[in-house]
Amino acid sequence: MNIVVAMKQIPDLQQIRIRQRQPVLDGVPAALGIIDKNALEAAVLLKEEEGGQVIVLSAGNEEVEETVKEALAAGADQAFLVLDDSIENADGSLKAPILAEAIKKIDDVGLILFGEGSGDNYSGQLGSRVAELLGLPQVGYASRIQIQDSQAIITRSLEDGDELVKVTMPVVVSVLGDINEPRIPSVTQILKAGRKPKEVLELDELELDLSGLPQIKTLSNLAPETNRKQVKVGSVEELIQALKTEGVI
Amino acid sequence: MAGVIVYSANPELALELITVARLINDKVVALSINDDQLAQALSQAGAQAIKITHPDLVVADTAAVAAAIKQVLDGVQADVVLLSSDRRGKELAGRLAQVMGAGCLTDVAALEVKEGQIECQRNALGGATIAVQCIEGPQLIAIRPRSYPAAGTAAGSLEEMAVEIKASGVKVLEFKAKVGDKVDIEAAETLVAVGQGLSDEGQLAGVQDLAAKLGGEVACSKPVATDKKWLSEERIIGLSGKKCKPQLALLLGISGQVQFTVGIRDAKVIVAVNTDENAAINYMADYIMQADLHQVVQELKQKL
Ligand SMILES: Cc1cc2nc3c(=O)[nH]c(=O)nc-3n(C[C@H](O)[C@H](O)[C@H](O)COP(=O)(O)OP(=O)(O)OC[C@H]3O[C@@H](n4cnc5c(N)ncnc54)[C@H](O)[C@@H]3O)c2cc1C
Ligand SMILES: Nc1ncnc2c1ncn2[C@@H]1O[C@H](COP(=O)(O)O)[C@@H](O)[C@H]1O
Repeated sequence: MNIVVAMKQIPDLQQIRIRQRQPVLDGVPAALGIIDKNALEAAVLLKEEEGGQVIVLSAGNEEVEETVKEALAAGADQAFLVLDDSIENADGSLKAPILAEAIKKIDDVGLILFGEGSGDNYSGQLGSRVAELLGLPQVGYASRIQIQDSQAIITRSLEDGDELVKVTMPVVVSVLGDINEPRIPSVTQILKAGRKPKEVLELDELELDLSGLPQIKTLSNLAPETNRKQVKVGSVEELIQALKTEGVI
Repeated sequence: MAGVIVYSANPELALELITVARLINDKVVALSINDDQLAQALSQAGAQAIKITHPDLVVADTAAVAAAIKQVLDGVQADVVLLSSDRRGKELAGRLAQVMGAGCLTDVAALEVKEGQIECQRNALGGATIAVQCIEGPQLIAIRPRSYPAAGTAAGSLEEMAVEIKASGVKVLEFKAKVGDKVDIEAAETLVAVGQGLSDEGQLAGVQDLAAKLGGEVACSKPVATDKKWLSEERIIGLSGKKCKPQLALLLGISGQVQFTVGIRDAKVIVAVNTDENAAINYMADYIMQADLHQVVQELKQKL
C-alpha cells in the first residue's frame, strides 16, 4: 500500500514584510507548509510499520522541484509534481481536479494525507474537495492514525471531543498540526534527496477541462492598521502607573 | 437577491448563521440532520427549517452529509450556502463546495453585501493580512464561530425531507466529550497570556494568581497548549485559537508571530514582557518591558 501526501509550496511566512499595509512577497523564499510536514511525518511513521512507498504530491510553479527536496529528505520516497505558473495562486476549485487527476496516476494508494490547512491560506478545503472528486470517504482533523488490515482507525479531534472512527481504505485524511513532531533530516538525507525519483508533469499533460470553474476574486489584501504606542517601561512600578493612567487596572 | 441555505450541526452556531443569512436575504432555509431539537430551534428563530431524515445518516460521514444537502439544494432555489467554520463545518465545506460546483471561503469573520455581491473578510498569509474576497459562481461561505449574534425568536416553519444516501465506509466507534475547561477567554476584559518563555509548568501558579488579582483569565500561545499541554486548547489566542478583544492584554514570553498576533490585535492596551529587545511582539505593544517574565510576575503580584 502506498501513501500520498499533498504538500503545498508557500512563501516563508516569517520573512514577509509589510510596507504601507501591503505584504511584500518579492525575494521571500519558498517553503513547504508547516502542517503539511506533519502530514508527511505521519505518512513516514505509518510506512515504517506497514511498508509501501510515501509519495509527496505537489502542484505549483517550477520552483516546487527545488522546494520538494525538503520532503524527500524528510522521508518521502518519491515526488509527483504538476507544474504550471497558473497554479501558484489558484483557488481550491482549480487545484482539486489537478491533485485528484494526479492521484489517479499513482498505483495502489491506501491513504491520501493532507494538512488541516495550508500555511498561508489555511482554508482547509482541498482535502475534502479531492475526496469528493475521487469518490472516497474522508476523515478530517486527525490526531491519531492506525492501520488494521484494510481499515484505518482514526481519532478525529473536534472542539467538543474526540471521535474515534473506523474507515475502509482508500481514504482521504487531513491531520492536525499537533499529531506529531516532524523529524529534521540529516545532512546525508538532504544530499540523497536530490537523487530520489521525481515524476514531473506539465499541467496540460493532465488533459483536464478546467473551464467554467467558480472564481474567487480578491478585492483587497491589506495588513490591519496598527498604531501602538510602543513605549518602553523600565520597571514594574512604571508599568503599573501607565496601566492606571490608561484606566485598565 | 440570492436564496440562502444555512447548516451547522452545532445549534448555537446554526442560530448565528441565520443572523448572517438575513444580511443576504430575509427568507432563510435552515437544515438539521436527524435532529428534532435543532430543527425546532431553527424554526423558532424564524427560518424555514427542513429536517433531513435518514436512519443511517450521521454527521461524521462528510460524504453522505454533502450528498444529502445536495438533494435539498436541488429542490430549493438557493445559490448561497452558509456553514459554520468550526471543524465539522470546515470539513464539510470543501466537500459540499465540490458537489455544488461552488467557490468556497472558510473562516470568514465578516460579510457585507454590496451591489448584490457578497464581500467576505478573512485572514490571509497566516494572519498577516486581511483579505476581502468574493465568489463568482455558486457560493459556499463558512462563518467563523461567534462572529455574529444568534438570531432571536420569530415565526418560522418546519418540514421533513427524506433523502437517499450511500454509506461511505465511515463508522463511528466512540465519541469522547472533552471534559473540564469551560473558560471563555473571548469574553474576558483582562487576559494574562503566557508563551514558551515560561520556564516550566510549575511557574503557572504565579501567572494564575496574577490573573486572578487583575480579575482576568489566563490565556496562552498555541505551543503552550498543544506541545507542552500545560493549559487547555480553550485558552489559545490566535489563528487556530480565539480572537480576543480585552481591555488589557499582558503578554508574557510570547515572540509575536502573526498566527498569534491576529488573535490579540483588537485589544485596547497591549503589554509585552520579553527578554528579547527585538521580539516581534514589541511592535504590537503599547508598553514594552524587556525583562524576565518570572521576575515581573512576582513583582506585579506584590505591588498591585
Ligand atoms: C497554520 C498555523 C496556525 C497557527 N495558529 C496559532 C495560534 O492560533 N496561536 C499561536 O499562538 N500560535 C499559532 N501558530 C504557531 C505560531 O506560528 C508560533 O509558533 C507560536 O505563536 C509561538 O509561540 P510562542 O511565542 O509562545 O513561542 P516562541 O516563538 O518560542 O517565543 C518565546 C518567546 O519567549 C521569550 N522568552 C524566553 N524566555 C523568556 C523569559 N524568561 N522571560 C520573558 N520572555 C522570554 C523569547 O524571547 C521568545 O520571544 C500557528 C502556526 C501555524 C503554521
Ligand atoms: N498546491 C498544492 N499542492 C499539493 N497539496 C496542496 C496544495 N495546496 C494545498 N494542498 C494541500 O491541501 C491542504 C489544505 O489546503 P487549503 O485548502 O489551502 O487550506 C494543505 O495542507 C496541503 O496538504
